[in-house]
Amino acid sequence: MSNNSIIKVENLKRTFIVGSEEVHALKGVSFEIFQGEFVSIMGSSGSGKSTLLNILGCLDQPTSGEYLIDGISVKERTKNELSEIRNRKIGFVFQSYNLLPRTTALENVELPLIYNSDISHRERHERAQHALEMVGLKDRMLHMPNQLSGGQQQRVAIARALVNDPVIVLADEATGNLDTRTSYEIMSLFQSLHEQGKTIAFVTHESDIAIFTNRTIFLRDGHILRDEPVATKSALEALKALPVENDY
Amino acid sequence: MDILNLTRISAKALLRNKTRSALSMLGIVIGIAAVIAVVNLGEGLKQSTANQLSDMGTNLIMVMRANQRRGGVSMGSSNVQSLKVRDAEMIAKNAKNITMVSPVVNSGGQVVNGSKNWSGTVYGGSTDYLQIRKYEIATGVNFTEEDVKKYAKVGLIGQTIVENLFGENEDPIGKTIRVGNMPFKVIGTLKEKGENTMGMDQDDIIIMPYSTVQKRILGVDFIHQIVCSAASEDVADAAVEEVENILRVAHKIPTGGTNDFEVRTQQELLEMMTSMTGMITTVLIAIALISLLVGCIGIMNIMYVTVTERTKEIGLRMSIGAKNSAILLQFLTESIILSLIGGVLGLVLGVALSYVVDLIMSLPFIVNVLWMIISFVSCAVLGLIAGFFPALKASRTDPINALRYE
Repeated sequence: MSNNSIIKVENLKRTFIVGSEEVHALKGVSFEIFQGEFVSIMGSSGSGKSTLLNILGCLDQPTSGEYLIDGISVKERTKNELSEIRNRKIGFVFQSYNLLPRTTALENVELPLIYNSDISHRERHERAQHALEMVGLKDRMLHMPNQLSGGQQQRVAIARALVNDPVIVLADEATGNLDTRTSYEIMSLFQSLHEQGKTIAFVTHESDIAIFTNRTIFLRDGHILRDEPVATKSALEALKALPVENDY
Repeated sequence: MDILNLTRISAKALLRNKTRSALSMLGIVIGIAAVIAVVNLGEGLKQSTANQLSDMGTNLIMVMRANQRRGGVSMGSSNVQSLKVRDAEMIAKNAKNITMVSPVVNSGGQVVNGSKNWSGTVYGGSTDYLQIRKYEIATGVNFTEEDVKKYAKVGLIGQTIVENLFGENEDPIGKTIRVGNMPFKVIGTLKEKGENTMGMDQDDIIIMPYSTVQKRILGVDFIHQIVCSAASEDVADAAVEEVENILRVAHKIPTGGTNDFEVRTQQELLEMMTSMTGMITTVLIAIALISLLVGCIGIMNIMYVTVTERTKEIGLRMSIGAKNSAILLQFLTESIILSLIGGVLGLVLGVALSYVVDLIMSLPFIVNVLWMIISFVSCAVLGLIAGFFPALKASRTDPINALRYE
């Protein structure tokens, strides 16, 4: 693990105005994520983890505080500059996959590269194929989302997050819609991606999922409660240990 | 984002909803097709009117009796007896720009051949009448000056009369038939001319010397009309003036007095007819343009629905790095593609439609390219406008909310 800082937040605050009331979602959060880390961000609902994820994903701007992604300050960037950062630096994985319906897996994976005019049609195609190979869906490239299982759809979404070779993959409850077995399969995939050197931030509220990561940041009421390394469990082994009747 | 990429993204999005895209396109297709069909039909109608009027004889100048008032009472032009054979002779003698002149007297009457009878119209004219009105002889001969002088009971008959009074293998030439109580000898038949623009059968006609119609059928000394042929189209206006001057002198009309006759040229008739069809065409085009507008509103409506329905897609695209402008352009392109494809289909359908209708109504098939361009461009512009506001709405979507949108 190198000491290259991918994400650095310092005293991050985010305040929403709801009606006449000010809601402090983040009340000063500081941490750093280094290259090659597999971090889970945990917290119950209302802890501010969604707000944090939105800011980390450059979908939202902090009210105050500093946020650097890959050494670039996000402060006072225009919307278009933020779009470009999202396009080049970040890979998103969502809870509900968010694949385009009636569009092949390959085309879904190609999507982020379409918004990067430096990449040719041919290169886009090759990179999307490669990303699908990485998630083990080489033989399903031309399937439509409705012809794929939930786990396979999430794999397509992960391939889409990898295709632009981002500095960090942000996963938002990526196993939230999946059963235990499939969740473990997806976590196993994340672990193998991590082994290949990918930096991953995984937002979840399930501690039995966070256990597959290397480090956990606990949020509560807009503050960091704990930030500690995890005694990582292998998802592959957890999968093997699953009782057969759990296999539905 | 290059154009090619943009087009591909938009086309894919449209193909994902084939039925909806096709239906929203339909409004444009119908609108454009209606405009094109109406315009082309109008052109065809105009051309056909012009053709048929020139069939009646190019350079034709007609002198008609004018409506007159006597003691404040309108006499109605049919009762006016102001035109005489002498007037036609004066024109023939004095007008330099006129090559042929014929008095015209007409009468309706029952035409009888043995057991068959038919109600036809008899036109009396001079020996030039056939040529002035562009009638051609199919069989037999024209009557002569001698026939005119002797009020000869001879006549030429049109094809409708031939068909109704004679058997299939019967030769009408030399046969004696009756019109009213007057028997006459058929000395010729006319070639078929068909219907004119007003739907009048130009073959339902008997042509005789004007003197015969005047003395033997009607028993009058006036004539209904004078038809003349100008030397060429260029001198038509000069010829009209000449005719008018000659008749004013002949009728002893003082300077400033009202003419008891009217001189009309072919051109004026043409303008009268085309202004009528032009007016109808304009009204129809207006209606068709409204339907085009409705089609565009349909596209706008669908685009709004699409934008709302695809909120999540918009959120996703934004989250993976689509700029607001890219989203705007995507939806704008979708709407333009819809309207352009609709426009092209509409053009094709419109041209096909006008072709079929022209064929059925036996009008000349004319494609008005200018209007095709106008309607195509306006449909592109309307598509742009119709797509702009929904696209703007899409581009202003907040990705955070959009991603959570269910």
